[in-house]
Order: sequence, then C-alpha cells, then structure tokens
Amino acid sequence: MMKTKTSVKNAQTEYVRKIKRRQFLIRVYQILIFITFLFLWEYTAKHGIINDFIFCCPSKLFATFVSMLKDGSLLHHIGITLYETLIGFVIVILGSLGMATLFWWNQTLSKVLEPYLVILNALPKSALAPVLIVWLGANKTTIIVCACSVAIFGSILNLYTGFISVDADKIKLIKTLKGSRFQCLKLVVLPSNVPNIISIMKVNIGLCLVGVVIGEFLAAREGLGYLIIYGSQTFKMSNVLLSILILCVIAMLLYTLLQHIEKKLAEYF
Amino acid sequence: MGIPLLEFFNVNYSYHTISCETQTLKDISFNLNKNEFISFVGPSGCGKTTLLNLTAGLLPLSSGAIRINGKPREESDVNIGYMLQKDHLLEWRTIYRNLTLGLEIQKKKDASHIEMMEDLLKTYGLWDFRNAYPRQLSGGMRQRAALIRTLALSPEILLLDEPFSALDYQTRLNVSNDIGSIIKEKGISTLLVTHDLAEAISMADKVIVLSKRPGTIKSIIPIEFGDNRRTPESARNAPEFNKYYNQIWEAIHDENEDFS
Repeated sequence: MMKTKTSVKNAQTEYVRKIKRRQFLIRVYQILIFITFLFLWEYTAKHGIINDFIFCCPSKLFATFVSMLKDGSLLHHIGITLYETLIGFVIVILGSLGMATLFWWNQTLSKVLEPYLVILNALPKSALAPVLIVWLGANKTTIIVCACSVAIFGSILNLYTGFISVDADKIKLIKTLKGSRFQCLKLVVLPSNVPNIISIMKVNIGLCLVGVVIGEFLAAREGLGYLIIYGSQTFKMSNVLLSILILCVIAMLLYTLLQHIEKKLAEYF
Repeated sequence: MGIPLLEFFNVNYSYHTISCETQTLKDISFNLNKNEFISFVGPSGCGKTTLLNLTAGLLPLSSGAIRINGKPREESDVNIGYMLQKDHLLEWRTIYRNLTLGLEIQKKKDASHIEMMEDLLKTYGLWDFRNAYPRQLSGGMRQRAALIRTLALSPEILLLDEPFSALDYQTRLNVSNDIGSIIKEKGISTLLVTHDLAEAISMADKVIVLSKRPGTIKSIIPIEFGDNRRTPESARNAPEFNKYYNQIWEAIHDENEDFS
C-alpha cells in the first residue's frame, strides 16, 4: 500500500519535473535567439559587413537610450504616446459599448447603419489621417481621433454581434420573471458578453497604438511616432530603431496587462 | 367551485413570416381550477409551448380570450411562474444569486421572501451549494435550483415546458417526483407540456391531447387513481396507469394515422 503510494507520487513528481524542464528550455531558447540576434547585429556592424550608419547597432542604440533617458526627452515622448493611446482606447471601449447597446435596443437603427459601418471598418484609416489634420489641425485631438477611427468601427460590429447572439432563452427567462428590456441588458446581455468585451479590448489596445503612431507621423511635434519620422528624415537611425523597440515593449506590456485582467475575470466566469 | 383560476376561450394563435401565415393553435378552450394539474401532450410542433407563452403573456393572442381569476389576463395580478426546458442558470452568478434573480427583478428582496427561498434551498438539499457556481452542480440539482428560482416568487400558476427533458432517465424520475410533491404540497395550479406520456399521466389530474398543427384539443382525459394521496412514483405503479397510457397513446396514434 505504502509502496504504490510512493511510486504514484514519484510518477507525479517526474511528470511535473518534465513539464517544468520543457518550459524552462523554451524560455532559454527564446532568450538565446534574442542574444544571438543582438550579437550578430553588433558584430556585423563593427566589422563593416553592414553599414552601421543605416542599420545602426545595439551599442549605439543603448548609448542613445541612456542619453535620451538622462535628458528626460525619451520619457516625455513615451508619455505622450501612451497618454494618447489610453485616451483613444477608453473612448473606443466606452463608445463601442454605447453604440452596440443602442443598436441592440433599436435593431432597425442597426440595420440602417450596418452598411456604413462595414464600409468605414474596411476603409484603410491611414487614408483618413491627412483629412483629419486639415479638419482638426495638427494637435493631440487629431491624433486621438485618428486612434479611435482605426479601432472603433470593428469594435462596434464585434460587440453588437456578441450582444445579439446571446441565448434567446436566457432573455425569455428574464421576461418570464417579468423583467424589463433594461434588465435583460443589465442581467444577461452585458454579463454574458464580458469575455467578448475583454477580447475586443485586447485587439483594440493594439489598434489604438497603431492609430496614434499614424497620427504622430503626420501631425505631431512629440511622441514616439514623431521621433520615428523625425529620426528617419534626419538619418538619426538610432532614434528610429529605439522608438520602434520601445513601441514593441509598450504593445507587449499593454497586452499583458489586459491578459492579466482577463485571467482575474475568468475566475468569475 | 367558483370561477376557475385560468380560462381559455376559443384561443387562436398564428404567426407570420414573409412567405406565409402559420396557425399554431386553433380554437383552444379549457379551464384550470385551483390546485389542479393539467398535462398537455401531442406531436411536436403542435403549439404546446405557444400555449404556455400565451398564458405567460409573452405572446399576443390572435383571437379569443384568456381569463385569470375571471379577469382578462392583462389586468390580472396573479403571479405566473414559468420553467423552461433548460435550467438557464446564469453561469456568472452563484446559485444563491441565481435564485434571488426573480426577487431582484421584481424588487421583492425582503426578509419574508428571502426566508422562504432559503427554506426551499434547505428542503431540496441545495443549501450547501448556495455559494457554488452552476457549472459545479449536476443536471438534477440545476433543475431543482431552477424550480426554486421560480417558486421563490410564490406563483399561483406554474407553467412547465418539458422541464425534465434535458435530464437522464434516472434523474428525471427523481426530479419529477420531487417537483410533483412540491407542487402538490404548495397547492400550485400547473400546466405541464411534455412528450413523455408516463410523465404526463403520473403528475396530472387531467391530460389534454392536442392534434397536429394547427393544434386543437383532441380529447381531455381526467386521471383518477384510487389513492388520492398519490405521488408521481406511486402513480406509475398504480393498476390504472396502463389503462390511461393506452388511452392517450391511442388518442395520439389516431391523429398520426389521419395524416399519414
């Protein structure tokens, strides 16, 4: 009896050990790829295999990073981009929740507006950006509107689809309990769409960042998008690549943050 | 006897699509007395569920009238409980909060209603699961929870739309037995819609056989067993059970032959 128990326990520890080892190896390979890439980049640039004026190199990048960090300009640009992205994101989420609710409430309205939404969603929004600058001026508002325009139409369509595909019998249940339309929305439609809302948020945070960078390309004097355009025009490649790298990190962090919220919420759903 | 609790007078119901009008119920008249249990059986698509939806006021009548306590349905304040085929417990609420859903909607979350609901919860063995989520419960427990949610509003009329059809056979017998006893004990007047003839007979005082679409009343068969303190279980074992079963089977069978 005792023996089988120990052997079962051993088999279990063995299994856990295997899984953990595999996860560890995956992480090691990921880091190795990154280090190899940095090394090859630095090596080829130093030995003139690639032109380090055009392609830059990790050591230059790091030097730029430190000096921009010291004079505070880097944090300023990051802050501006983050601020615009988050404002845009909040507007997109609240706006699309509001619109999807309105469409759920009045399905005739949704039928009327659907083709327009589909067209606006399919339109490449970068085409809109120059028009927005003419209309709204080269300022933060333009950039935030630009970010919203990239994300909001798809977001409304997705949310609305989620709203109307709620189990009709659950709505019937609320009605048999003499619930109002508003109670159907509050007690069934919104809560059953929480996972859907989170996944839409995950997509939209990335889209808002895209919108902000497009906006900053065309209409800004600050922000990472501006840094990229300005850097490429003045051949400060270390500025350009550093900004791109930071955008990668921001995108990843924002996504991870939402994933974390999703996990927390998943415990309740 | 007084006025029956629920009366149907020549009720017709049709629904419309772009291509045609479909009549699902034709000339339905019957009475449901206080404490009475009526089962409806009939081929699928004969409008059984429509009949319950009309009673609950979820659909408008095409013609005819429904009266509750002698008043037109719209003016009546009698509480009607409706149990659907599936339990439809909300996955994001605990059992306890699922059961208070009706009270919450009708703003009746006062001490007396809560106490009554908690009593039901204790009686039907769900008290220990009050903080669990629906996915943690078995099918039978979920269906019991759905019944408590309905009973929490102390309905005078209960509508059951194949409430056991999603359960496996064994659970189905147990749950229908439980629910049958609760209904008898509380003296709730009930309309049950089902495909299962045995279930229809074992619980009912009257079985109404509906014809194929458009559903009309084919026959009304009163069910009486010698023992008036019966439960669904004892009814299934009663000597008269088979007689009723065959009688109803024939009523439905006739119907099928007419159309074949």
